[in-house]
Amino acid sequence: MNHLAENAKDSLIVGGVAFLLFGPFLGLELTDGQNGSLAIATRPELLAIAVVLVVVARFLLLLWHDHRSTRAPAAKLAAVMAKSGKFVAPALLIFAIAMPLLPFFATADIDLGVLIMTYVMLGWGLNIVVGLAGLLDLGYVAFYAVGAYSFALLSHYYGLTFWECLPLCGILAACWGIFLGFPVLRLRGDYLAIVTLAFGEIIRLVITNWVSLTGGPNGIYDIPHPTLFGLTFDMDGGPGTFSDFFNVDPDPSQRITYLYYIILALALLTNWVTLRLRKQPLGRAWEALREDEIACRSLGINLRNTKLTAFAIGAMFGGFAGCFFATREGFISPDSFTFIESATVLAIVVLGGAGSQLGVVLAAIVMIGVPAKLQDLQVYRMLIFGIALVFIMVVRPRGFISTRRPTVSLGKAKIIGAEMVSEGRG
Amino acid sequence: MAYALQQLVNGITLGMIYGLIAVGYTMVYGIIGMINFAHGDVFMIGAFVGLIALTALTGVASLPVGILVALLLSAALCGLYGFSIERVAYRPLRGSFRLAPLISAIGMSILLENYVQTSQGALERAIPAVIPGGITLMDENGFVVQWSWMQMAIVIVTLVTLAIFTYIVTKTPLGRAMRAVEQDAKMAALLGIDTNRTISYTFVIGSALAAVAGVMFLLYYGVIDFYIGFNAGIKAFTAAVLGGIGSLPGAVLGGLLIGLIEAFWSGYATVAYKDVAVYSILAIVLMFMPTGLLGRHDIEKV
Repeated sequence: MNHLAENAKDSLIVGGVAFLLFGPFLGLELTDGQNGSLAIATRPELLAIAVVLVVVARFLLLLWHDHRSTRAPAAKLAAVMAKSGKFVAPALLIFAIAMPLLPFFATADIDLGVLIMTYVMLGWGLNIVVGLAGLLDLGYVAFYAVGAYSFALLSHYYGLTFWECLPLCGILAACWGIFLGFPVLRLRGDYLAIVTLAFGEIIRLVITNWVSLTGGPNGIYDIPHPTLFGLTFDMDGGPGTFSDFFNVDPDPSQRITYLYYIILALALLTNWVTLRLRKQPLGRAWEALREDEIACRSLGINLRNTKLTAFAIGAMFGGFAGCFFATREGFISPDSFTFIESATVLAIVVLGGAGSQLGVVLAAIVMIGVPAKLQDLQVYRMLIFGIALVFIMVVRPRGFISTRRPTVSLGKAKIIGAEMVSEGRG
Repeated sequence: MAYALQQLVNGITLGMIYGLIAVGYTMVYGIIGMINFAHGDVFMIGAFVGLIALTALTGVASLPVGILVALLLSAALCGLYGFSIERVAYRPLRGSFRLAPLISAIGMSILLENYVQTSQGALERAIPAVIPGGITLMDENGFVVQWSWMQMAIVIVTLVTLAIFTYIVTKTPLGRAMRAVEQDAKMAALLGIDTNRTISYTFVIGSALAAVAGVMFLLYYGVIDFYIGFNAGIKAFTAAVLGGIGSLPGAVLGGLLIGLIEAFWSGYATVAYKDVAVYSILAIVLMFMPTGLLGRHDIEKV
């Protein structure tokens, strides 16, 4: 009983702090007064609701804390998750392949699937840099932008098609990865993070301001959609279209389903390459670099090549994804490549549990799929996104899947638990 | 010559604001080794509190009193914001996976931006020039170099704030505790320093400095919206890194440099590419001095 009183007191103090914090923002409102000056309006009811909510939430949290101390440790939960992971991955794969063909998914759902899959691919690409090589990259969106603009410009000025541009976009993005990676080879940790962020911003600013080439803030229109062996997905159903060739009625869902399978294939390619590389010397070098840069260097690993290949390969997949983004939207502008995109992709990688391929998929579904379903709450969407990021990190700092399975081991491979995994400072 | 002098005056004023924000970044980085991404948004919150206070006080108090009250109120409230942010989003993650606090901070930044956007609207809010006029430094063939009272006030307020801050860090027991925790948190704790409380105070002080910068920004430009925190935050962080992250004089120096680069680039090259110039110089400096201008070289023990 005494404990409850203590909890209540704590909750009330938190309520007082909340009152002060929310006071000027929820309790007061800036409005337009007479002759262009500002005026203040009050809305006490909103402030009261917010403060009461905080007090109640705090009280429940404390109650839950007292209750939780008697429960089994979280390690068991992690073990269960790790075991079920074996079945979750193939199940998800089968679901992903079958999804557009299932009757109860509307075209909008498939479109959402395309969006999620794009972020899965970006997440897997960034996972190579952040999750495997341990290089904190806050400017990954730069390579996404390079891929998207490469395709948009090549098709705009030279009339190249999606399939011709796709490899070019990857190569160009990889070159940019090396080009931007070279100057930052000596930097570590947060210095690296801020310089990659700066590079991301530089690329976006140059795209915005180089109006004669890129159209600046207006972006580039009429980017061609991908074709299926030369068949287009035009709605008129004339000769040379998909619907004409296969004798079916033209329907927008055909194009979206086609896009879905393209991005699925690209994402699976990313995953396959990553999984293969992890088992090869290069992938091992990346993981060694992540764990301890100094030990890595003393064992004779070429740090320069290891870092540059991580940047280049990660950037290449970002470029592929960018190329796909351009063809899917048909229109791109610098607004699509802001820092918030980099932050979202990084959040997906970290929430998934850096280094875990399955974790990225789960995190992408949670971070992209759930907000997209909240369209009705348009104004509050990003607010909820922010709260969710903080909340998930506080609850599961290591992400959804925090265990690691070594790629090589003597005898039976043992899963390494979260508490044993420690990153170097690289 | 006159033109250069004008850019110098503008650059120093801008640099002072960046420097104030940068101090908060560098303090937090020094003490717990994380990038406090939400710091720029605390600056934005400070600007908004200042705006609300100034609007509420219009006609009630005289102008200097109004500004002073706005400054103090904003600093106090932002201190509380800094304290709460640390408690909610960073403290549970201390000693955890390196990237977790970073993502939490990015989430906090998105949260604060949208909190202000939904509660106060997405529109830009403007106030009329609070202190008009200034002194003429130079008159060259009709080109008048103005050092406005506003710019002078910003420089003075910044210097006073930095002086108080320097006093706290170098002379008080709290400052000693902060420096001790920065050097070695475990050892400081063994010697009886309450590290948690010291870290909380660090956030409070850093956020209060950002709030002062926010009010200055509001008075200088007269226009704010919920998004100002991002750009100012990135620039200030760039300033902190340029000066050598973890170094307090470095943060102010970095801020001034960034302000000057921005002013001179806008004056002599293209305004559109001023941010590109700032980021490029950051990259170039770090290429040759990987720990910034005044940063310490980490000795890595194996």
